[in-house]
Amino acid sequence: MLILECPYCGVKAEETELAAGGEAHLKRFGPGSDEDQFHDYLFMRENPKGVHFERWRHANGCGKWFHAARCTTTLEVFGTYSAQTYEPPQEIKDKITAKRPGWSWREFSDGAK
Amino acid sequence: MSMRLAKQGRLIDRSKQIEFTFNGKRMQGYAGDSLASALLANDQMMMGRSFKYHRPRGVVASGSEEPNALMQLGTGDRYEPNQRATTTELFSGLTAQSQNHWPSLEFDVLAINNKLTRFLTAGFYYKMFIHPRPFWKHVYEPIIRKSAGLGQAPDAELKDADSYEHFYFFADVVVIGGGVAGLQAAKAAALSGAKVLVLEQNNHWGGRAPVDGGSIDGETPDAWVEKTLAELRGMQNVTLRDRCMGAGVYDHGYVLGYERLTDHAPGQGGPRHRLWRIRAAQIVTATGAIERPLSFAGNDVPGVMLAASMRDYVVNWGVTPGQRVVVATNNDDAYRTALALHEAGVDVVRVVDARDTGGGALMEQVREKGIRVELGRAIAKVKDGPRVSKVAICAQNGEGGAQEEIEADAVAMSGGWSPVVHLWSHCGGKLTWDKEQAFFRPDPARPPLGDNGAGFVIAAGAANGALQLDAVLADATLAGAQAAEASGYPAKSIPAPKGDSERETLMEPVWLMPAKADIKLRMKSWLDYQNDVKVSDVQLAAREGYESVEHTKRYTTLGMATDQGKLSNINGLAILADSLGAEIPQVGTTTFRPPYHPISMGAIGGEARGEIFQPVRKTPIYDWNDANGADWEPVGQWRRPFAYTRSGESRHDAVNREVKNTRENLGLLDASTLGKLIVKGPDAGKFLDMMYTNMMSTLKIGKCRYGLMCSENGFLMDDGVVARIDEDTWLCHTTTGGAESIHGWMEEWLQTEWWDWKVYVANVTEQYAQVAVVGPNARKVLEKLNAQAGGGLDLSKEALPFMEWREGQIGGFDARAFRISFSGELSYEIAVAASEGQAFWDALMEAGAEFKVMPYGTETLHILRAEKGFIMIGDETDGTVIPQDLGLNWALSKKKEDYLGKRAQQRSHMVDPDRWQLVGLETTDGSVLPDGAYALGNGINANGQKNMIGRVTSTYHSATLDRGIAMGLVKHGPKRMGEVLEFPGTDGKVYSAKIVDPVFYDKEGEKQNV
Amino acid sequence: MSSPVTATNGAQFTGIATVEDAGLQGMITLRGDLSSKTLKAAVKAATGAEVPEQRKISVVEGGAAAWMSPDELLLLVPYGDAVAKTAELAQALKGEHALAANVSDARSYFRISGAGAREVLAKISPVDLSSQAFAPGDFRRSRTAQVAAAFWLEDGGEEDSFRLVCFRSVGGYMFQLLAGAAHPQSAVGVY
Repeated sequence: MLILECPYCGVKAEETELAAGGEAHLKRFGPGSDEDQFHDYLFMRENPKGVHFERWRHANGCGKWFHAARCTTTLEVFGTYSAQTYEPPQEIKDKITAKRPGWSWREFSDGAK
Repeated sequence: MSMRLAKQGRLIDRSKQIEFTFNGKRMQGYAGDSLASALLANDQMMMGRSFKYHRPRGVVASGSEEPNALMQLGTGDRYEPNQRATTTELFSGLTAQSQNHWPSLEFDVLAINNKLTRFLTAGFYYKMFIHPRPFWKHVYEPIIRKSAGLGQAPDAELKDADSYEHFYFFADVVVIGGGVAGLQAAKAAALSGAKVLVLEQNNHWGGRAPVDGGSIDGETPDAWVEKTLAELRGMQNVTLRDRCMGAGVYDHGYVLGYERLTDHAPGQGGPRHRLWRIRAAQIVTATGAIERPLSFAGNDVPGVMLAASMRDYVVNWGVTPGQRVVVATNNDDAYRTALALHEAGVDVVRVVDARDTGGGALMEQVREKGIRVELGRAIAKVKDGPRVSKVAICAQNGEGGAQEEIEADAVAMSGGWSPVVHLWSHCGGKLTWDKEQAFFRPDPARPPLGDNGAGFVIAAGAANGALQLDAVLADATLAGAQAAEASGYPAKSIPAPKGDSERETLMEPVWLMPAKADIKLRMKSWLDYQNDVKVSDVQLAAREGYESVEHTKRYTTLGMATDQGKLSNINGLAILADSLGAEIPQVGTTTFRPPYHPISMGAIGGEARGEIFQPVRKTPIYDWNDANGADWEPVGQWRRPFAYTRSGESRHDAVNREVKNTRENLGLLDASTLGKLIVKGPDAGKFLDMMYTNMMSTLKIGKCRYGLMCSENGFLMDDGVVARIDEDTWLCHTTTGGAESIHGWMEEWLQTEWWDWKVYVANVTEQYAQVAVVGPNARKVLEKLNAQAGGGLDLSKEALPFMEWREGQIGGFDARAFRISFSGELSYEIAVAASEGQAFWDALMEAGAEFKVMPYGTETLHILRAEKGFIMIGDETDGTVIPQDLGLNWALSKKKEDYLGKRAQQRSHMVDPDRWQLVGLETTDGSVLPDGAYALGNGINANGQKNMIGRVTSTYHSATLDRGIAMGLVKHGPKRMGEVLEFPGTDGKVYSAKIVDPVFYDKEGEKQNV
Repeated sequence: MSSPVTATNGAQFTGIATVEDAGLQGMITLRGDLSSKTLKAAVKAATGAEVPEQRKISVVEGGAAAWMSPDELLLLVPYGDAVAKTAELAQALKGEHALAANVSDARSYFRISGAGAREVLAKISPVDLSSQAFAPGDFRRSRTAQVAAAFWLEDGGEEDSFRLVCFRSVGGYMFQLLAGAAHPQSAVGVY
């Protein structure tokens, strides 16, 4: 059972306090978007073996949504961060690079490429 | 015979005799006995029959690894099957029954299976019962279920008399196992300041060491254990729990501890089991090792036991399983059993050591006692029967010929040891094959990984492959210090205590005894006692192509069931590897899954049973409803009255009465469960325009508007009335089920998408008791309340028109009145403080008497709205329905560029004119359509099924119209008014219904507007 | 005009701890910028208490302010004052982006006190309730068995005394849950 630190209230919360919210950093497409854009926004999701970025909510706690970067194979948590951002903070990306050189996820990567 | 010895028995108290019964027979034991030791003391060697062949079985082990001695314990509401005699502490009044036999343990009809072993090989059931197909379900399975299986399930009508609980605990270091390794590791960790929790599954500490002898720092192991326990008990940062098994290790340092509080004293009060839900930074598994059986013919005959377990019975409980014992071994440790038996006065008739070179100092000690030791020899077979009578000895390196037969009544066997790696492995810790000791042990380079990416489990002592006392203590000291350091406490290096025990020479792997045993012997050589899997079965599986260990496990059932192969694992792997011509590490192990040892369902459920199985949400008017005939219906976790039945009245009658009375006089509905969300801020209007399909920003203060919410898929997900409270505040009503989810939905968009918008949301659902006052007399009763209170809110048509709201006093209560109607009648929904809800309801009931007031339930609510053609989320919608399907286009703003779901509703499938659309349905004979029934179209589909062109979404008997009315979704429905469709029911009848307008009652909507 | 009642109507149980309905308590949800001077002043005026630090509650005579999230406080005021104080807060915060809502009647309120109080809560909540980890003034929102709750440890006094807030609809569930966890023969013996 996972533990993730909520960046808003500082609690290292176990999974029963949390609610998983799927993939992070989705860009919303609304009216005016073409079929492909909208289809991808609605349905297409990453399913990586390794580094992944997710949304979680501290549902049985402060109620805040946050982001988590973790490894889907080892369950290592690289860090949690604010929900109010379009991309992982550099500090988190650096942490991942230190542990998983050469990582990439959607448009984000360790920058080496 | 097996019997109690005159001396010995470090765990029993001979001054406290205990009475118990086994299969109805009264027996005696002592305080400190296990059920198994007490049965042996009463010469009850046979304790059950095997799973498949119904062979007589006796106890093989002394701990949780025991595969045979499974009992049905207790009676009535404290009955439980499949409990191990070895882990059951004896108590006064214990009642035990053996399992898997009929009519009795001694005479069992299905023992005939034992004669059929030739046919009952691995995969027998799969091969035999596959044809004819229908026979499996109706003939084979019921018979097999009856003849196989373990104990009987408890009576389904009885409720477990005991209670259970959970307990959350946090520690830096959790040590699993309270043997010398666990205690030493705990001490090492605790001295560095870490908070340490030690779990020991037994009711005694010290593990094997006190039985095995030797010395620690010059003291006996017993004395050292006592001293160390005292030290640990004196430390503030250490918690010791016995009778508490480390059941499982899970992600990120989560550990389950299974504490048995009253199993040894049933009915003493308090919870029976406590499930510890522990979060640890580091875990030390000091779980010891389990001895392996030897695979020889008849190794399952009662009286054949693991050598160290036999020693346990002698030393711990003063019981010997026999008078003439043969010891068979491939290692030095079994010689300790020979010595212990000899010291207890038991005749050790032979030690058979498979090794040509024999053992070391321990062997010499045995020889010195005059015990005959033979090297390079093996047990060819033990004679079948209810217990050991004759043992045939042969050369190990042969096929089993040239046997010498010895009279004996017990056999102690040792095939070496396997570290208990289960807890290490539960969460992904990998193993390495130790060729010298022929066992898998934890690979410290590949531990289970925690949230920080570092290992969080350290194995210590025998669990880590250290079998000799000095090595155990050194390893444990290191493990404790490492665990403390990894959890953030600078290690204090302490010297490891000096362990002194006899030097042992190397063991020699013996996977089959004798090495080239012929098929007859192999067919009687058991690998897995609990599942009746023999050497020949695994060999057959390999021949039939089962190369993967996981497949072989499932095909042969090797290592399945409640013992999860604790004894059988390595021997089975070795036979499989040999059959495949592979090395053991290449074959690998099956997955170790928690729990280590079965735990009770009660412990898993914890407090969640009976009345608090689930939270029941109650409105402020719950008690009144309950006392006044409420026929409760669960709505999510809420309980709402379906109807208020009066004595002698059926549910249906009650509903009809409520419907009519509300239409004609006055009805009251407890609507407190409706979701109420305050949305406030400078951007609240903009925000609500995104959340709802209609325009909410333009709503005037004091007015109400019905709104729809869709998901981004375009599907309708919730609806409700929105009221504008002030310039930047709206109050959004949601469905009963939607309060929490829509609150969460709003927060999600505000926090994760539009975080720069200035909007706050507060869920005030439960702040208010909300009462719908409905019917032609609604205004009268409220005005009467106001008159009684000497004034109040003006509720006239002019002052409070339809779809508006006002705040003020009603009958002296601070209230908000909403002129909204979900029934088509004149209706006010009144919100008062929840703490005053009951008082307000009482006032309405009292004042309403003269207006013929009656409460009504959710079924009447449904019928009233269906008569009006109002949709219900969850009836007309099912997560695939868009507002356009329901004729709700009027609620979709054309002016707004965007709202959640708008883009999706433009997708090709959403604008398809063939989508099923909402219509009313009237049966031609006035009957009620079956709920969910499908309408038949022409032709058949690709699967040969009739084409469907619609389905019923809501269907009721309308008391107002005295006929069945329904709503449904039908292909091209609105264009097919008057057409009659056929709806086959599951009752075999076909219902005919005409497509009509969904508004059945007061089409002009005049009644709600008076 | 009528006398308001709680959901559990004065229920009480004593086992390893005493569990009791703590009666009607004025409670106000306040959302806003917790660093704003105006807000701090309004909180002080309404409760007498300062805006608390993260996961703390600041308690004064007759009032308290508890940290619910980075933009939310739970204010405790006398029950009879809640409506008026909510209006005062709204008035004081006019011009600020803030929301004050009276939630006094939306909650059930309990006191858990005595030697076993920590253990009672540790049976139902995945929170470290050891004295090293949970001290007076600490405030925690979490899960208690199957429902959400918030609790804090009161200051002073001979024995541990917790206050717990949950939704009113599950007040009955909560009382049964707490009373079960306080069974007289269920002491764990670790706190």
